[in-house]
Amino acid sequence: MSLKNQNLISKSEVIMNIKNINLSFGGLKALSGVSLQIKKGEILAIIGPNGAGKSSMLNVISGIYVPQEGVVEWKGKRRNKIAPHDIARMGIARTFQNIALFKGMSALENILTGRNILMKRNLFMEMLYMGLGRRQEEEHRKKAEEIIDFLEIQSIRKTPVARLPYGMQKRVELGRALALEPELLLLDEPMAGMNVEEKEDMCRFVLDVNEQFGTTIVLIEHDMGVVMDISDRVVVLDYGIKIADGTPDKVRSEKKVIDAYLGVG
Amino acid sequence: MDWWFFLEVFVGGLLSGVMYSLVALGFVLIFKASGVFNFAQGAMVLFAALTFVRLLEMGIPMLAAIGVTMVIMVILAIAIERIVLRPLVNQDLIILFMATIGLNYFIEGMAQLVWDSKVHVLDLGIDEYDAFEIGEAFINKFDVYAALIAGGLVLVLSLFFRYTVIGRALRAVADDHQAALSVGIPLRTIWIYVWSTAGIVALVAGIVWGSKLGVQFAISSVALKAIPVLIIGGFTSVPGAILGGLIVGCGEKLAEVYLGGFVGGAIENWFPYMLALLVLMIRPEGIFGEKIIERV
Repeated sequence: MSLKNQNLISKSEVIMNIKNINLSFGGLKALSGVSLQIKKGEILAIIGPNGAGKSSMLNVISGIYVPQEGVVEWKGKRRNKIAPHDIARMGIARTFQNIALFKGMSALENILTGRNILMKRNLFMEMLYMGLGRRQEEEHRKKAEEIIDFLEIQSIRKTPVARLPYGMQKRVELGRALALEPELLLLDEPMAGMNVEEKEDMCRFVLDVNEQFGTTIVLIEHDMGVVMDISDRVVVLDYGIKIADGTPDKVRSEKKVIDAYLGVG
Repeated sequence: MDWWFFLEVFVGGLLSGVMYSLVALGFVLIFKASGVFNFAQGAMVLFAALTFVRLLEMGIPMLAAIGVTMVIMVILAIAIERIVLRPLVNQDLIILFMATIGLNYFIEGMAQLVWDSKVHVLDLGIDEYDAFEIGEAFINKFDVYAALIAGGLVLVLSLFFRYTVIGRALRAVADDHQAALSVGIPLRTIWIYVWSTAGIVALVAGIVWGSKLGVQFAISSVALKAIPVLIIGGFTSVPGAILGGLIVGCGEKLAEVYLGGFVGGAIENWFPYMLALLVLMIRPEGIFGEKIIERV
């Protein structure tokens, strides 16, 4: 923790600036008038009761949803509608609430798919496994192995992911997102459904990713202990409105937040 | 037992099996990349063969006709992606499957509307009855050429899936659309690749089958023979499609010759399905198929 606090000064550069957005689906207002800044290098947690708009918020950040009103700026430039597959190219990677892995592939292959956009295409050379094709396969393989070492999943690298326990699958999914070398990593309930040990491991990895690679992380999480421990900043949503934004300690003591969680008002 | 005769039947079976493999390959490509059993593959074979033969009849030289037909198959793939697949992203596979049934009838109808429904002779300049003699066995030359073409195609496709970035992207798309998008794989482009490739494979199958049977409506039903091939070889495996084809081709010919007599003959038509049933009982994912693992 102390390490992270020293870095706070450098975490002032805003990489995503979300201004006053409204998002609705038909008559249902998912987010209203939400503004949010994501600062480079921070771990930002988005919390809130069920239906508060957390996942919608994450999808706005990733660009899957385009709000009807308001502006999303990515690295100082206004971002308009983008194709879902271009999100990764912008440097934004994510994991899913329900694990979305390529089940027929091994852990290693899953992580390698994360390198896809970084690979050059030369069909002929690739097929013959020569020259550029071979060099780049080896280079990306090396990077994938580094991620495997980092996440401590060496022993399962060749195992088809469908056969892995839940916590391991979550780890492989994180690995695949890391393979994209993202600037911004979005984690949708990374600890959901995990036991205490798995949670501890995952917390450690999230902190390590943040510290070692300087990756900015935005996560949604229900486990308050986890949120308070690992995040630099917490944003609380309730009924699509932002009711608090600040350090974990500050947010924890706000009356609005306590009310929202206890169901008052 | 006459061993020369056995060899002749055996090799004849292998070679006709290769022809089944060719059709099965088209199915495997699309199944691998989207998990969809493309019911329209047979219709695509018919459409490709008809287009090719009509272009030839217009006096276009063979290589040019092949080129033009390929372009048309790619355009068809783009149209299918745009009109059929794109609105159905993230739907259940069964819905995509139903869509391909509709597509099947549409393409069959369109093929005959645009071209016509007569039987066309497709002459590639190879005598169908010419044969090599090995000892006392006769091996059909045409079948050998067909086998060589199929073999080449399989080699290229296997390398493609195994070693290329796009190959891996294809498998990713087959597994999970959402996750594939999240790592930056463009679904649409991938689908166009796959359907184009399947279209070109359909063209090759159409040319080979068309020159053997004549280009006619019945070609679209050779696709039915691909089903036991796929069950035996595995829906997700390119080499599996080949091995499955060989087993089916060989099995039906040998069964016809050596067992047919005892049960009144004509077992060639149902024997492959029997084999497929056996495989389903022993190894449901097929010989080369990806094992389906489900955690409970």
